[in-house]
Amino acid sequence: MQCSICKEKPATVHLTQIVGDKMQKLDLCEECAKAKGVNDPAGFALADLMLGLGASQEIEQAAGGVELKCARCGFTQADFKKSGRLGCPECYKTFAEGLGGLLKTMHKGTRHVGKAPEALRASRENSDKLKTLQKKLNKAIESENFEEAAQLRDELKQLSERSSAPKNLTR
Amino acid sequence: MKDLHEFLISPAETARRHGPHDRIVMSSRVRLARNLKDAAYPGWAKKPERVKILETILPAVESLPEMKDSFSEAMDNLGALDKQILVERHLISREHAAKSAGSGLVLNREETFSVMINEEDHLRMQALRPGLQLRQAWSAIDHLDSELEKKLDYAFDSDLGYLTACPTNLGTGIRVSAMLHLPGLVLAEQINPIIQSVNKLGLAVRGLYGEGTEALGNVFQVSNQMTLGENESAIVERLEKVLSQIIEHEENARQSLMEKKPKTVYNHIGRAYGILANAHSISSKETMNLLSLLRVGVDLGLFPGADRALVDELFLTTQPAHLQKQISDKLSAEERDLIRADMVRERLKNVSRPVVKPTPPPSTAN
Repeated sequence: MQCSICKEKPATVHLTQIVGDKMQKLDLCEECAKAKGVNDPAGFALADLMLGLGASQEIEQAAGGVELKCARCGFTQADFKKSGRLGCPECYKTFAEGLGGLLKTMHKGTRHVGKAPEALRASRENSDKLKTLQKKLNKAIESENFEEAAQLRDELKQLSERSSAPKNLTR
Repeated sequence: MKDLHEFLISPAETARRHGPHDRIVMSSRVRLARNLKDAAYPGWAKKPERVKILETILPAVESLPEMKDSFSEAMDNLGALDKQILVERHLISREHAAKSAGSGLVLNREETFSVMINEEDHLRMQALRPGLQLRQAWSAIDHLDSELEKKLDYAFDSDLGYLTACPTNLGTGIRVSAMLHLPGLVLAEQINPIIQSVNKLGLAVRGLYGEGTEALGNVFQVSNQMTLGENESAIVERLEKVLSQIIEHEENARQSLMEKKPKTVYNHIGRAYGILANAHSISSKETMNLLSLLRVGVDLGLFPGADRALVDELFLTTQPAHLQKQISDKLSAEERDLIRADMVRERLKNVSRPVVKPTPPPSTAN
């Protein structure tokens, strides 16, 4: 039997779907099945069920076949597959690549926009300010407005000196 | 060690707490998930590490002014019955009730704050309010959290926000939820489309005890699911909007049932009263489902003179752990069913059977 999508390779994945009172059958080769997000039902991990289809695969693929392990707590992607939860806060860095896509499907965005601890709030505001100043400076230089550029440069210098003290808090 | 039962507010008193829209919204809750920076999450940490985390967090929480004279205890010091009572009161999660060494609970005097330590995250703190008070609950827990962050080193990332054990809670770590009594929508068979459309808005609808539980007594929990990429106030506001719609639909369903199918309504409520007031053996589940009909009967003015607080009190005291606590001997489920029926009959002695011409309910309505 041929794959009903690429019509080349032999079909090894057979899907039966009942929609209303109609039965639909689909025969796919392994590659097309993977591309369409159809996976071996026996291979469904808890992480997939809880976090949406393909979560653990995504982490596995992101790792390029090598099993990732958190250096801080020893948590592995297999552990994630089993429990759907992470080992420690550091795991978010260890598994960052695979988690990215997962977070996209799970949440409204992938960047936090809410509350932050007070100590960080100040430095966060500062770094935002630094960024806008830097942008203004680049613009001033581009437009050869050197007087303004010099002023901006001094402001930047002052601000970065002030915010360099609690730098260890930014992460 | 404080005795939990001397500490807890009596069911009669909790049933008399009122809030906006409490005909339909039984309670509001906002929960925040937080974790310590340099420690493994509770599900992965070994017992000695969990104990150490508990020893760090517990005194910090106890020292907050809001938690003065609180009930503060390690979970291994609580018996199975006590834990179940806390679950029936919605003060801890079922997951937390299953914890023992290395987990803890701090509950304030008024039962408006409950802080679970080493549940799925190091900290699960919640603010609870009667009726529809999501904003108030959010501002209360926001304040508690800000106080606590001065004492504890939270795991926070400037891109990902508060780092949680499960990626589903990442970012704000917030879960805003309300417990709704929706007998009208259930009777009118409109509940499923409502649940579906609420789901489409990215909100979850769950049963009485949260995740994976059935909607006993027509009680549903509605909560946000997404925690990243949207700030706390926006989440609270979105939920408020959806809730006000659900409230309207429930009120409409009740009204149209009374107009179009009064016999169906009288039949359900009359039978519920008949069984509750006359049964000699009744399960907890049946009791809750029938009490729900009694409750809506009070709301519709079919029980003149009866107070909704009586129904709400029974809703709590007839649940297995609460019932067991009132009796000194250890009871089997069958024995509990007998005692439950006795108790309900006794309490309904002064409630007359429902009238068919509704009179406006007493002043508790809003």
